Amino acid sequence: MGERFLMKGNEALAEAAVLAGCRHFFCYPITPQNEVCAYMSRRMPKAGGTFLQAESEIAAINMVLGASAAGARAMTSSSSPGISLKTEGISYLAGSDLPCVILNIQRGGPGLGGIQPSQADYFQATRAPGHGDLRILVFSPATVQEMVDTVFDAFDLAERYRMPAMILADGLLGQMMEPVEFPAVDVTPSPKPWAVGANDGSRPRNVINSLYLQADVLEQRIRERFERYRQVEQSHSRCEEYLTGDAEILTVAYGASARVVRTAVNDARDKGIKAGMLRPLTLWPFPQEQLRAAAARAGAVLTVEMSMGQMVEDVRLYTGGSVPVHFFGRTGGVVPTPAEVLEQIERLNAEGGNG
Amino acid sequence: MAVVYQKPRGLTDAPLSYCPGCTHGIIHKLVAEALTGLGVMDKTVGVAPVGCSVLAYSFFDCDMVQSPHGRAPAVATGLKRVMPDNVVFTYQGDGDLAAIGTAETVHAAARGENITIIFVNNAIYGMTGGQMAPTTLPGQITQTTPYGRDVSGAGYPIRICEMLATLDGVAYAERVSVHDVPSVRKAGRAVKKAFQAQLDKKGFSLVEILSTCPTNWGLDPLESLQWLKDKMIPYYPLGVMKDLTGQGGGQL
Amino acid sequence: MKTPFEMALIIAGFGGQGVLFTGKVIAYSGLLDGREVSWLPSYGPEMRGGTANCGVCLSDRPIGSPLVTRPDVLVAMNTPSYEKFIGAVKPGGTVIYDATLVAPVTARDDVRVFGVPAVRLSDEESLEGISNLILLGKTLAETGFSTRETVEQAIRKSVPARKGHLIEHNIRAVKLGMGL
Repeated sequence: MGERFLMKGNEALAEAAVLAGCRHFFCYPITPQNEVCAYMSRRMPKAGGTFLQAESEIAAINMVLGASAAGARAMTSSSSPGISLKTEGISYLAGSDLPCVILNIQRGGPGLGGIQPSQADYFQATRAPGHGDLRILVFSPATVQEMVDTVFDAFDLAERYRMPAMILADGLLGQMMEPVEFPAVDVTPSPKPWAVGANDGSRPRNVINSLYLQADVLEQRIRERFERYRQVEQSHSRCEEYLTGDAEILTVAYGASARVVRTAVNDARDKGIKAGMLRPLTLWPFPQEQLRAAAARAGAVLTVEMSMGQMVEDVRLYTGGSVPVHFFGRTGGVVPTPAEVLEQIERLNAEGGNG
Repeated sequence: MAVVYQKPRGLTDAPLSYCPGCTHGIIHKLVAEALTGLGVMDKTVGVAPVGCSVLAYSFFDCDMVQSPHGRAPAVATGLKRVMPDNVVFTYQGDGDLAAIGTAETVHAAARGENITIIFVNNAIYGMTGGQMAPTTLPGQITQTTPYGRDVSGAGYPIRICEMLATLDGVAYAERVSVHDVPSVRKAGRAVKKAFQAQLDKKGFSLVEILSTCPTNWGLDPLESLQWLKDKMIPYYPLGVMKDLTGQGGGQL
Repeated sequence: MKTPFEMALIIAGFGGQGVLFTGKVIAYSGLLDGREVSWLPSYGPEMRGGTANCGVCLSDRPIGSPLVTRPDVLVAMNTPSYEKFIGAVKPGGTVIYDATLVAPVTARDDVRVFGVPAVRLSDEESLEGISNLILLGKTLAETGFSTRETVEQAIRKSVPARKGHLIEHNIRAVKLGMGL
């Protein structure tokens, strides 16, 4: 085991990105992700990379687009209101088949909202990260260690499938410190035959483009892209199942709220209630098969989020009415407490699981 | 048979999509000639805008990236930071560069980003059907200024070259025109000088090229050239606004 | 079976009193002891000259919510912080406050409360600006969250290089606090 460092999630993720071969980072300041920018501004010059504080989130994501088009591992980070500004660029990245990593350290919204932790951007991340028919990879770490591990996966899968990847974390994960280990690697990204650059005529011109004025041609491009998405769905959905084997009440939670739920599940078990938790590590692709299997064994499902209920719609979608799906959430930056979640579990248990 | 004129190397064989009489074609040729003349076409990456020249990625015979509307300077920044020894240029119209992309333009210039911008100013939005542009002249009739641009409500045109010339990061800013043969030749020299500035790592270079839009101006091509000369040049004076290239010359 | 170790602490005071650093030293001690640890600061505009606090969890098991709502231990460096969190401390818990700065209004008889004149002592002992580590020493002595040796090591890990000359002062402050 390597050395364990005590680091903030934001800083650990930034370091991991460098180890994952990212040498081009573009950002605009916004709380609660500022430590990512600050860390990169110190680290990138030493790594021989580029740190650039852009004039806006819009500019930052388009710098990512340019760097990615040139074949580099590029990343940007922001928080909810800033991600809204990036959605234009994310759509173009998706439409141009460009990989990149986007970090969203979510805070409360809508509008300026607040700066406390939130999970209210689930819809944005999984449904409409930009206009048009598109998907992006969405990862949901729940620990500082997972913030690190996820970055490697995000870059790898983004490149393999030529699509943007988002790490959907929140202010709690970004700000908290936990022990963390870094893998002893320094990834050298593979060359990209599609990237733009010098061309002495030995290959065809490379053009990075999302414009197809002929409808049937655009449709064909999108269908090809969706075939890749289908492969991603088949191979890369991930989740953690915690005490789900005999769980009669299955909780579903991701990210920071999953930490709270884990404690509540433990407390419920201490009280003799058979509770378990399914924790998606990828929100797109959603671990739908794993959810269906775990839900089939349970009498009730309780989804817990730091929102008014967004992922719960996917939980209902993928369980298809086979089991009652309940919801508990706090929003606006309020983090639910284990006691609150335990109360919900106890209530469902008392109601025989299908209240 | 003696060749008296030919398409420059540096442009593909794709037929240009521009309207008859539009001067985009001339400007494309000047850019291609400059890049081939400097011998750097094989290490050049261009960025196409959104607007009439959105299809520029089909015409320049180098690797190209098509950018979101107005973001070309940011895209070019990302490209250039990955490959500082390549030539990176953007080709942008007035709506793209001076309206929706003003922030990206100004800040790329302020950073002294070592890229070249070819800024085509024809005082109107062409592709969308002739709406008012940030560079539309006072009193000019467009689809969205049917009574003429009234500055009391629609504000004043922006002189991009003069504005950017105030920024320390700008190495070279010049406004040229393509309304007659001498002007075209001078424009060609300006474009070449801008790329040379980039090769010399002098920083941000921009050439603003006054251009025509016969279709949306409602004039025939010759009338358009005359209108450019008579109306646009008085508002947008030609000349070098800033020159730190150390190359000398360049004055018109 | 031995009861698993689990301790949640809140360290609270004004920004600039070393609230976050104190928490970091405690968290680092836990890390060096091989425990699961978390450290979560309050963040945002309230940090500029206003109140600051952080929650630290030390545990033998994976830590769920790092947000400490029911602390076992409260370290309070000003009156507003003392009053804000005193009611949340678990019965049987421990409260350490700086008696130079805190004038307690609310009393609890179901928790152990220790007032330490940390700022006055730091002035007397030429430990200006590190009264927080006197309080940390007292916390260590009363709760046994770690050992003195580990805390010393944690200080060496936590002090940034540019403040390296303060390490020995910090360690002396902890020892002073432990002896009170």
